[in-house]
Amino acid sequence: MTTTLDLTATDLRAVNTTLQAAARAQANEDYEIINPRGAHAMACGLDGPLAVTIKGSTGYYCAGMNKEATVTVEGSAGPGVAENMMSGTVTIEGDASQYAGATGHGGLLNIKGNASSRCGISMKGIDIVVHGNIGHMSAFMAQKGNLVVLGDAGDALGDSLYEARLFVRGSVKSLGADCIEKEMRPEHLKILAKLLDEAGADAKPEEFKRYGSARKLYNFNIDHADEY
Amino acid sequence: MCGIVGLFLKKDDLRPQLGDMLTDMLITMTDRGPDSAGIAIYGPETEGMVKITVQSDSPEEAFGNLDVAVSAAIDGPVTIKVVDTHAVLTVPEASEAAAIAWLEEVGLRIMGAGSSMEIYKEVGLPKDVTARFGLRDMGGSHGIGHTRMATESAVTTMGAHPFSTADDQCLVHNGSLSNHNQMRRTLARKGVFTRSENDTEVGAAYISSRIADGATLGEALEGTIKDLDGFFTFVTGTKDGFGVVRDPIACKPAVMAETEDYVAFASEYRAFADLPGIEAARVWEPEPATVYFWER
Repeated sequence: MTTTLDLTATDLRAVNTTLQAAARAQANEDYEIINPRGAHAMACGLDGPLAVTIKGSTGYYCAGMNKEATVTVEGSAGPGVAENMMSGTVTIEGDASQYAGATGHGGLLNIKGNASSRCGISMKGIDIVVHGNIGHMSAFMAQKGNLVVLGDAGDALGDSLYEARLFVRGSVKSLGADCIEKEMRPEHLKILAKLLDEAGADAKPEEFKRYGSARKLYNFNIDHADEY
Repeated sequence: MCGIVGLFLKKDDLRPQLGDMLTDMLITMTDRGPDSAGIAIYGPETEGMVKITVQSDSPEEAFGNLDVAVSAAIDGPVTIKVVDTHAVLTVPEASEAAAIAWLEEVGLRIMGAGSSMEIYKEVGLPKDVTARFGLRDMGGSHGIGHTRMATESAVTTMGAHPFSTADDQCLVHNGSLSNHNQMRRTLARKGVFTRSENDTEVGAAYISSRIADGATLGEALEGTIKDLDGFFTFVTGTKDGFGVVRDPIACKPAVMAETEDYVAFASEYRAFADLPGIEAARVWEPEPATVYFWER
């Protein structure tokens, strides 16, 4: 059974309190939020299994700090969607604004449309699949996890990258400092196949290029000053 | 932070509701900018005449016989519409410069001028400012609005947006310009003067100056990407057009929506929630360092 919460009738804080309590109770229930009207911080801090469907577009910081819950936005998401996510799945049917999935530690962020600038900035283990394009400075200082892009990437992809893996099918406008194209080995094709399958993405792993860190900037070295 | 909104109607049937739609958009953006609010609205024109919007802190005194006084000063017909602290004087096109000079001489603040554009802006919460001006009842073809969280200059009427530095041209801005003093001096050497200490007015003056030099609005907006330093999302209005540009870093939020009836801009999607047909609109985020422009 699905419980419907109407944001024109219920206060945002009350909606989040209800969702957070249900998540903590390990309820694994289904919730549907109607009339989101671009509100901020919707379905944030869910710490347990729960399925939430938001029928419309959201504002800043939707599904932040998510753990175990499944959140679907049937619209577009504003800046900072799924920031610092720990686990679970967040799906955006439309576009995502700036810094989607920033600092995420785990789980899957599945963006069916485009993501704008700074997608996956400082990602720390999260998997992000973007079916469309991503903007500039994406995966800046990304440390761990996978960023999969079916479309094109903007300027300075993977600037100052650590060990996150970046897979891009389309063009890359430019690579950031210390980001290089790398060989696609069998283990990468396997990881990518699994992620594409999980995200329901219509693409073959062989179509992608892999980008990663040249590892020159890990420690300061005066000979590499020009790389910054 | 600041909140900016804009609405450009493609069809005439929504014109009577323009003020109402913009009011809701502005009020929704209150928590991005509660210091002051303002709007530029493009409404009906009178052949051969120009509208000059002025502001006074003591409107009863200042606006009493203002039309008669201006008429005598320019030796021509003048009509006046008083709206709270603002008055819109309609003067013959040929007397515009003389009227503005006279109005400034007597200490009135010039908000803007043009055949179609009127500007209303004051310190205070957007809901109070829009109510004082009766913005809901205003009609027009397009308009832009701003809710201000002051960073670069004082919270005053003159520091509120929109800024207009040429006839029928206006600008609202979310962000802060870091080279505005330098640019103000550069423009002053060319004879372009601003009326406030506000960084955004310099952005507006830069665009007006480029257009006066022969650039198209598109080229002038392109120029902001190269010549203005800092963070900005600009929304501009002209007599027939509506433009958007973001700096290359694009930290400041922006979202656009387009239907068959209108093009809308806002800092956040929330501002679109009450627009007709928004569920079916094409909604997207404007790209950094890219100029978007619509004209009728």
